[in-house]
Amino acid sequence: MTHRGDSSRPFPPGPYPVLVVGSGPGGLQVSYALRRYGIEHAVISEDPSPGGMFRRWPFFQRLLSWTKPHAPAPRGSRAYERYDWNSLLADEPEARALQPDLMDGSSYFPSRPEMEANLALFADRAGIAVRYGCRWTGTRQVDAADGGGFVLETTDGEYRAGSLVIAVGVAQPFTPPGIGMELTHHYADVRPAESYAGHRVLMLGKQNSGFELANGLLPWARSIVLASPSPAKFSVQTRSLAGVRARYVQPFEDFVLGGGVAVLDAALDRIERTEGGDGSLTVRLRRTDNGEELAIEMDDVISATGFTTPILDLPDIGCSVSGRSRLPLVSSWWESTTLPDVYFAGTIGQAAKGLVKHGVPANSGAVHGGRYNAMVLAQRIAETRFDVAPSRPALATSDLVSTIASELAEAPELWHQRAYLARVFTMDAAAGLVDDGVQPLTHYLDAGGPDAVAVTLEADGTGAIYPVLYTRMAGEIRERNLQPDPLLRYDGPDARREIWAIVREAIPDLPAEA
Amino acid sequence: MIERDELLDAISGFGLFADLSAPQLEAIIHIFDERMFAEGETIVHQGLSGSGFFVIVDGEALVEADGRELARLGRGDFFGEVAILLGVPAIADVTATRQMRCLVLPGPQVESFLVSQPKVMFRMLQAQARRLRAANRSGT
Repeated sequence: MTHRGDSSRPFPPGPYPVLVVGSGPGGLQVSYALRRYGIEHAVISEDPSPGGMFRRWPFFQRLLSWTKPHAPAPRGSRAYERYDWNSLLADEPEARALQPDLMDGSSYFPSRPEMEANLALFADRAGIAVRYGCRWTGTRQVDAADGGGFVLETTDGEYRAGSLVIAVGVAQPFTPPGIGMELTHHYADVRPAESYAGHRVLMLGKQNSGFELANGLLPWARSIVLASPSPAKFSVQTRSLAGVRARYVQPFEDFVLGGGVAVLDAALDRIERTEGGDGSLTVRLRRTDNGEELAIEMDDVISATGFTTPILDLPDIGCSVSGRSRLPLVSSWWESTTLPDVYFAGTIGQAAKGLVKHGVPANSGAVHGGRYNAMVLAQRIAETRFDVAPSRPALATSDLVSTIASELAEAPELWHQRAYLARVFTMDAAAGLVDDGVQPLTHYLDAGGPDAVAVTLEADGTGAIYPVLYTRMAGEIRERNLQPDPLLRYDGPDARREIWAIVREAIPDLPAEA
Repeated sequence: MIERDELLDAISGFGLFADLSAPQLEAIIHIFDERMFAEGETIVHQGLSGSGFFVIVDGEALVEADGRELARLGRGDFFGEVAILLGVPAIADVTATRQMRCLVLPGPQVESFLVSQPKVMFRMLQAQARRLRAANRSGT
């Protein structure tokens, strides 16, 4: 697809059917996917180059998300995506699985520069055009009488679009109000590690960012305190991405072994300059487990208190947001529920929670979840806003069990977006059994429709990952779990028998398994 | 900490948390997650496993089982506990009839939470007893 403007400054201000804002993984992936459906759109970004937050963070320059150069599936295959959390998705072989070739072999977590290079290479190989250095500054809604849609004011001029896809990350540093918080500095403003040599450092916050900093400062700081009101959660305990990742747990081990790190469940009362101190700070805390008050003298206090969503004035024109992160209130298709035609991609996609079964969230906040959301979102926009007919290939009923088993073995969407994305097979009155592709599970559950079966993978927080089939018969949904397999293989004879027995409830004339 | 204080004020008036001290209330808002639901969104699906325990901070919800209205819930009410306590799939649909703000505790964490907060468990038991009495009176 060609685009307006010259190659170095594409997409001059003006009208476009869809406008994408952001050039991180979310913006790049959704642009790729929109183009795949032939949807004309512009992409603008305030950054000078692709990469989004990975142009700067994580602070200690090593990602949390892995890419396995040597995996059980061939590099570049669809199944390989399960083991490569960082490459973006493409049909063209030259734009697939780009991350492993850019890694130096020292870790299966790419460094920040390796991730940035991966995203830049994707933009180049996939031909994603972006107008860089163009900052979104304001938004107006256009009356329906005047054609509807939105006007985006930018530093380059005004864009008008019928639909917006906002992919600007959850990247605006957030420091909660409080007495003395001006004496802290945020994760985003942390100095080079060596400048903390011999310091006493307190981290407000016990999530990944707080533990990442504590871990990185272990060789430098004299003492480290991590404090927040609720107990630290660890991913190896929650069996999900909710919680501090394993590679940042070292400060906790230091704490429980008495090495000098303290991990406190305490709420901040106030921070003040220490009387007669040499620039040091007194941090006053109140333990949340017993109400005891603590006063700790520190040299630096860092707010590892997270980030908010920089969606400018969208709330002023009707986009409801919630919580401290100011995430928008969205449908399962990532569309604002209060400001139609405004969609969200990338990290902001975590605003759509789905079922959160057993307390296990989807991975929408990470690249390996958000990249599939972007593909599904582009298809949704194409179908609902541009009348692109959905692809619904027919499937012989005799192939259904094999197809489901094969998807359970390989489908990266199902492995990465557990209990959020589902593959749907529908008994269409006219066309017979059709493959309705990947959809948000909650849409399948709530929208109703003809007899069908939706296939997902789920986790229950015990460590098991198992397939779940949701049959829909005469409008009634039934949830059927397969037995968890410790080796996570769901395409063998036992699993196929289970799948057959479940699917047969929805399709009585399903041929017997060989 | 405006949002935190506002939330503390809100839940301190809820019957479920009526016996808790200020530090205990503060702990509550950090143990629970906060979630918003759009008007019309189904929060709990009858027959499905793995849902959570919800306390309504703002908004209204409709409880239906097999298409029959069972209750309307509002600020301070809670739902989802029966399936968790009995270890069964959700016994009703719960749908937001107005935009809702809830505190949510995942099912697997409910037992340890109630054991650590016996006053909350007692209040929940009282609410269940009232519901049982009402059900007996209505003959359902």
